[in-house]
Amino acid sequence: MPDIRKISVTVNGKRHEAEVESRLLLADFLRNTLDLTGTHVGCEHGVCGACTVMVDDHSARSCLMFAVQANGKSITTIEGLAQADGSLSILQEAFRQKHGLQCGFCTPGMLITLTEHLRDNPDPTEEELREVLTGNLCRCTGYQAIVEAGLDAAAKMRASKAEHA
Amino acid sequence: MGMRFFGASVLRKEDPALLTGKGRYVDDVKLPGMLHAAFVRSTYAHALIKSIDKSAALALPGVVAVLTHADLPEPMRSRRLPLYVPHPAIKQTFMPWPLAKDEACFAGEAIAIVVAESRYIAEDAAALVEVDYEVLPASIDPREAILAGAPLAQHGATSNIVTQVPVKIGDTDKAFANAPHIFREQFAMHRGGPFFLECRGVVADWDATAEQLTVHASSQGSHRFKRTFIDLLDLADNQVRVITNDVGGGFGPKGSFYVEYAALAAATIAVGKPVKWIEDRRENFVATQQERDQYWDMEVAVNEQGKLLGLRGKLVHDGGAYVTWGLVLPWIAATSVIGPYVLPNYQLELIVAMTNKITCSPVRGAGRPQGCFVMERMMDRIAQELGLDRGEVRRRNFIQPDQFPYKVGLIFRDGRPVTYDSGDYPKSQQMALDHMDWENFRTRQEAALKQGRYIGIGLSNAVEGTGLGPYEGATIRISTSGKIVVFTGATPQGQSHKTTLAQIAADHLGVDYNDVSVVTADTATIPFGMGTFASRTAVNAGSSVHLAAIEVREKIKKIASELLEVSPDDLELKDGAVEVRGVPGLRKTFRELAYNAVGLYGFSMKADRDPGLEATSYFKPEQSTYANSCHVAEVEVDIETGHVKVTRVLVNHDCGNVINPMVVEGQIVGGVAHGIGNALFERLLFDETGQPLTTSFADYLLPMATDVPNVETLHTETPSPLNPIGVKGAGEGGTIAVIAAIISAVEDALRPFNVRLTEMPISPERIVELVLDAKHK
Repeated sequence: MPDIRKISVTVNGKRHEAEVESRLLLADFLRNTLDLTGTHVGCEHGVCGACTVMVDDHSARSCLMFAVQANGKSITTIEGLAQADGSLSILQEAFRQKHGLQCGFCTPGMLITLTEHLRDNPDPTEEELREVLTGNLCRCTGYQAIVEAGLDAAAKMRASKAEHA
Repeated sequence: MGMRFFGASVLRKEDPALLTGKGRYVDDVKLPGMLHAAFVRSTYAHALIKSIDKSAALALPGVVAVLTHADLPEPMRSRRLPLYVPHPAIKQTFMPWPLAKDEACFAGEAIAIVVAESRYIAEDAAALVEVDYEVLPASIDPREAILAGAPLAQHGATSNIVTQVPVKIGDTDKAFANAPHIFREQFAMHRGGPFFLECRGVVADWDATAEQLTVHASSQGSHRFKRTFIDLLDLADNQVRVITNDVGGGFGPKGSFYVEYAALAAATIAVGKPVKWIEDRRENFVATQQERDQYWDMEVAVNEQGKLLGLRGKLVHDGGAYVTWGLVLPWIAATSVIGPYVLPNYQLELIVAMTNKITCSPVRGAGRPQGCFVMERMMDRIAQELGLDRGEVRRRNFIQPDQFPYKVGLIFRDGRPVTYDSGDYPKSQQMALDHMDWENFRTRQEAALKQGRYIGIGLSNAVEGTGLGPYEGATIRISTSGKIVVFTGATPQGQSHKTTLAQIAADHLGVDYNDVSVVTADTATIPFGMGTFASRTAVNAGSSVHLAAIEVREKIKKIASELLEVSPDDLELKDGAVEVRGVPGLRKTFRELAYNAVGLYGFSMKADRDPGLEATSYFKPEQSTYANSCHVAEVEVDIETGHVKVTRVLVNHDCGNVINPMVVEGQIVGGVAHGIGNALFERLLFDETGQPLTTSFADYLLPMATDVPNVETLHTETPSPLNPIGVKGAGEGGTIAVIAAIISAVEDALRPFNVRLTEMPISPERIVELVLDAKHK
């Protein structure tokens, strides 16, 4: 018999109660139960990084986590990255300006990884960004434009912070 | 009118949705009552299927159906998948059954489909299906497979040779008989697979009442899929609709129609509900087509100055289990050898072998990287033997700018003679060498060597047949709201068609490109299409949009001239309206004109009018258009670990007129990364029984962000005379020549050891082995 558990998870600021099978992957919970299909599944073994989401402020592979493990936690997906008024975040806008995406399939993971990294390292070097991005595979862009977008976003975030200081 | 958007790096229309999680990939499609499928796959490379017991699977709660070949509907059950690129030289046209009938010919071949309430249950049940096999001997290495007495890869085959064809220019024997220098090399080349981030997937939905099949597919050409469903099920045109929305990368193998798609159609017909199948990554490694191996045994003849007199030899191509792409791939390789050089005599024995491995499909570059590798490695060998600079040898052999159109003397894959339309190869190489300070590299290399660092530089040139026919189409329609839509069968997988095609239309219609919607790859919107492959969309779909937009523009002017009682020549299109030049306010909006163009209910229409503000054009190129590139790469090799760091890559690319420089740049840079994988990392391994050994991203390495340098680019623009917008394809040029350039650079870095590299990819182990061998000599 399937093992069913009751969970409560906050996703992009909204609380969800659900009964899920204990073997249900977090990625499938987000995509199929909550219809948040912006998170993508690319390899199901934790290498490609397309499924990366933020769990309690730390990036995590939603293909390597069960939904039940997210019980009581707060999750941010690509659907939760835009600004309050719905306009693109600084990082999202930088991806657009620098052509940091082609097919767009790896993009949700790239955005989450970089959102976390730029939060903790507001002034990264190119080498640091390339290093942190080794956890996310992209077959289209050759990474160059993604790195440029990360550097561009970091500069804009610093400028914005200085302005508001 | 001025060209406003053509040529501009405008931002992509695709991005806002994709950046906010609102893309619509096939796995995002959710239909009411939808069930989920998983496949039972052959665990052996070659086996007879004696019996299949599905009782345990069917007994599992949540399982709806298990279908094997015997359960397929007629006429699908009696038909193998159709071969769409036949060739008279192909003697054995083995294509797969929609589910394996009584023989599995590669490990991973689909034998049964399980349909269940969830994918989790479907996978549980697939593991419960018992298949009784009689294991047969398998042929794995194509070089052995073609020998007499090798195990036959297919029941009923007369041998494992699918085809053996000669390729010939001039009189090679005569050229070699009198040649002062002849050099021989044996090349082993492996291309790996596509490894798009989004695996394959299909949602099939049979409406039993309407007798209509709707299929959502991650594809490179929805019209070809529709045609295959029609052919397998004998349906009429109105009974099949295939829709491809966002696609997470294709790189060639998503253009093939796979047995799983036929099985999904059979499944939805059987259960009467929509059925979804999304390939997982493990399946992707054992069931998605790959490009894999070629072995070339070649001799080159040159004169005292290093000019080519002739090239001859043999190519053995691993075609895998089925001939889905016929002769396409090895033929492209065989004809791409020539590149930008004058080759008066050429003879190749081309052999396609059938093996018990996944079927071979073109992958980004499609045989061109191998052809390029052969010629460019030979150029380096000639330089080394004659004591010439590698750039100089190439310079002496280039086709000159005044030789266009240049007839190579072969027939290309498009069925037309290989005729290069335009280019300036000597200039392209010189620009690249100057940019990289090629002249002074030896000084830098010697200085590095004194510090114990092994750095090297390599170069490579390629000419690439792009924009292949037969056609692509575009319908442009302005509806009575005034809104403009372009419909096309082109099927993007990241190439930005929705932006670039809008740019082309916008210029002719006098609107912003954001006011043009582009609908791709929905067979309900345009009757014919070929899809996106072979760097063909800018040429084919781009030209169609150009021609259709001009037709719509003229229609707009004609109707407006009647309504405003002025000459069409006095009208100009501006901001969604047409206006009398110099008389602001005297205008008609697209909305008014579209309303007028539809006609009035019951009233007669003017004889010289066709209904609607719309036009359809199918551009049919008379032959391929030939793009070219020069790549220069610098590397540093750690001789202890064999690690290769690619430190610089420069690409001087010529794809004719550029619609959107930002997009072209993205294609080239991304293509280079793919080529770096082919040069250094990507190898699909099989054991001697045909078991795949690389089935995860831990076994098969894709280039990571730290493996790829910032790619430098230069652009030469030699417009093509073969289409109205002067473009050539740009999708594969980044990949093709970079592999040979990197291998050349690695060889150059290892100069102190006098190592010769004739294989791709080159692994760290192999480099260490070669260095140790050289040290022990």
